[in-house]
Amino acid sequence: MKNWIIVGATSAIAEAVGRIWAAKGYKLFLVGRDETKLNSIKADLNIRGADSVNAHLMDVNDFDRHSHCLDSAKAAMGRIDGILIAHGTLPDQKACEASFPLALKEIETNALSVISLCTLAANMFEEQRRGEIAVISSVAGDRGRQSNYVYGAAKGMVSTFLQGLRNRLAKSGVHVTTIKPGFVDTPMTSAIEKGGPLWASAEQVAEGINKAIEKQSNVVYLPFFWWGIMAIIKSIPEFLFKKLSL
Amino acid sequence: MTRPYISWGRYPYKTQEGVDLHWLDQPLPVSSNFLPQGNARSYGDSCMNDGGQVLSTRFLRRFIRFDPESGILRCEAGVQLADILSVVEPQGWFLPVTPGTKFVTVGGAIANDVHGKNHHSAGTFGRHVLKFELVRSDGSKRVCSPTKNSDWFRATVGGLGLTGFISWAEIQLKKVPNSAINLENIKYESLTEFFQISEDSESTHEYTVAWVDCQATGAKLGRGHFSRGNHAKATQPTPEMSGRKLGIPIDPPVSLINSWSLRAFNWLYYHRQGSKRNFTTVNYDPFFYPLDNIGDWNRIYGPKGFLQYQCVVPMEHSESAIKELLERIVKAQCGSFLAVLKVFGDIESPALMSFPRPGTTLALDFPYQGNKTMHLFDQLDNVVKQAGGALYPAKDAHMKAEHFKAYYPDFDQFVSFKDPNISSSFWRRTMEPNL
Repeated sequence: MKNWIIVGATSAIAEAVGRIWAAKGYKLFLVGRDETKLNSIKADLNIRGADSVNAHLMDVNDFDRHSHCLDSAKAAMGRIDGILIAHGTLPDQKACEASFPLALKEIETNALSVISLCTLAANMFEEQRRGEIAVISSVAGDRGRQSNYVYGAAKGMVSTFLQGLRNRLAKSGVHVTTIKPGFVDTPMTSAIEKGGPLWASAEQVAEGINKAIEKQSNVVYLPFFWWGIMAIIKSIPEFLFKKLSL
Repeated sequence: MTRPYISWGRYPYKTQEGVDLHWLDQPLPVSSNFLPQGNARSYGDSCMNDGGQVLSTRFLRRFIRFDPESGILRCEAGVQLADILSVVEPQGWFLPVTPGTKFVTVGGAIANDVHGKNHHSAGTFGRHVLKFELVRSDGSKRVCSPTKNSDWFRATVGGLGLTGFISWAEIQLKKVPNSAINLENIKYESLTEFFQISEDSESTHEYTVAWVDCQATGAKLGRGHFSRGNHAKATQPTPEMSGRKLGIPIDPPVSLINSWSLRAFNWLYYHRQGSKRNFTTVNYDPFFYPLDNIGDWNRIYGPKGFLQYQCVVPMEHSESAIKELLERIVKAQCGSFLAVLKVFGDIESPALMSFPRPGTTLALDFPYQGNKTMHLFDQLDNVVKQAGGALYPAKDAHMKAEHFKAYYPDFDQFVSFKDPNISSSFWRRTMEPNL
C-alpha cells in the first residue's frame, strides 16, 4: 500500500489513475478546486477499494497555499510516498496572442504552479530520502508550434525543470517521472474533433502512468508511439519547420 | 479509442455528433435532437441518432454509495457492469441479472431492460432496479421507482433512452455463496431434446442457455450444447480468472465469417465434448462473458459490419417456429456461429416495453451481405410474426414499423412519456418511417 497526493484530481487522467490506485488499496489525498467534483470522486474511490481518501480544496494558482497543502497531506496520511501533478488547462492560443496577461495566467497554471509544488515536494522527499514525483507534461513541450506555443512553452518549461530536478534528486533516492501524453480523449480536449488512431483514452494513459511509476521510468511518451512522432517533429530543421502549418 | 459512439454491429453506419456529460450536476446540452447513449454495445441503431447528437454517459462512471450489508448500490449511469463486479464480487455480491457482455452501462441495462441466463429464475434487469433519476430536456428531474413516479419508471425501463436521460441508478445486488459456477454441459441431439432438458432444468438450475449448431440439418436440426449451472458452494475453491486477453487489432478487409469457416467451426464446436455430460466448476467470467476476453471481436465481420437477429416465440409454438427458423437459415447458407437458444420464464418485467416474455428466444449473428441478409430476415420475420413472437430492439437494425407496433402493443401509451427532444435512428425507422 502506498500513500499518494494527486494534484488536479478531478482531471480525467488523474481520476483514471486514482481508480487504478484505489483498486490497489492506496491511501489517496486528492487536491482540486471544485468541492462537489472532489467529493464525488472521493466517494467513488472509496467504494473502489482505496484504504482512505481525503479531499483538499485548493486552487493551484494560489501559490501561498501549496506548503499548507503538503502539510495537510502529511497530517492526513502520516507518510507521503509520492505526488502526481496532473492539473492543467488547454489555453486558447489565439486569445493568448492578443493578451499577454492571459498568456501569463496560462503559464502560471501550467508551469509555475507545477514548479512551486515540485520545489516543495522535492525538499520534503530529499529530507526523507525517498519519494516519487510524477508530473504530466505534454508532447507539446517538445517543440513550439504556431497552433499552441503558449501551452507548449509552459510544458517545455516543466519538462526542462524536471530534467534538472531528476538530476539533483538522483543521489537522494528520490525519483522523478516526466509523463508526455499525446492526444487524450478528455474534457480538456472536448473542443477538438476526435477519433482515429492517434487518440488514446484517459484509461489507457492512466495505465501507462501507473506502469511508468512502478518501473521508475524517467521520461515516458503515452502511448509509446508518440516518442517516434516527436523524434521526427524535433528533427525537422527550423528553416523548414517555420513554413509548416503545425 | 477509434470511432466512438458507433453501435457494436457497425451496421448500419450512422453519423452523429457525440457529446459527453462528465458530471451529474451538469445541465443537459441544449439540443432539439439528441439521444442518451451508454457504451454503445447495442448492435443495431437503437443507440444511434443519425444526423443528430448522442449524449454519452461514458464519463459518468462513478460509484455513489454501496452498502455491503444490504447489497444496495447507487452509481452514475455510465458505470459498467464490469466495474460493479470488480468492486462487489470480492465482497460476496453479484449482479442480479447480466447480459452476455459486462461492458454495458447501468443506464443502458435499464433502457434495454436486459436479460441473462437466469431469466427463468430472476426476470429482467429492470426488476432489480430500486430507483433512478430521470432528467428531461426541459430540465426537470424525477426520481423514479416502482412506487414513486411509477408511470415514468415503467416507461423508462425498456424505454430505449427515449423518455429522458438516466443520470444515476440504484440497484439491488444478489448475495452469492461463491461467484464460481458449478456447470453441467450436456451435448444434446435434437430440438425436442433441448426442450426436454430445458423443462427439467427450470427449477433445478439458476442459469440455463444452449449453443446451437446452425449447420446441422434433418433429424439433427437444432442440436447443440446445453449449459446449466448454479453458484458453487462457499466451501468450494473459486477457479482463477484467465489473465490472457486476446484482441482483433485490425479491421480485416472482408468478413472472416463465411460459409466455410462457419461449417468448420460449428462441426468442431459441437464435437469438442466427447461425452454426453460434462461437469466442471468454472470462474464466473468465462461462463457469463465468453467473448469479453476477445477485444473488439466485432471486427471479425469486416468493414461491412454484422447484424444480430434475436427473437422470442411463445411456448405453444416454440418447437415448430424454432425449427422453421433454423431450417430457413441453413437453406439460405447464412449460418451463424453464435447461435444461442434459451427458454424465458414468466416473471413479469415492470417495463411497458420489455422484450423478454414467456417463450423461447433464439439469437444469431450474421455478417452483413446486403440483400441476401435482408431477404433472409424477411423470411424469419414472417415466422416470428405468425408465431406471435417479438424481436429485440437492442439487437435490431431491420425491424419493420408494423412489426414493432405489433410486438410492443403498449407503444401508444409509451409515446406520451417520450421526451420531445429525444429521438433515435431506431425510433424514426419504426415509428416515423414516412417522415
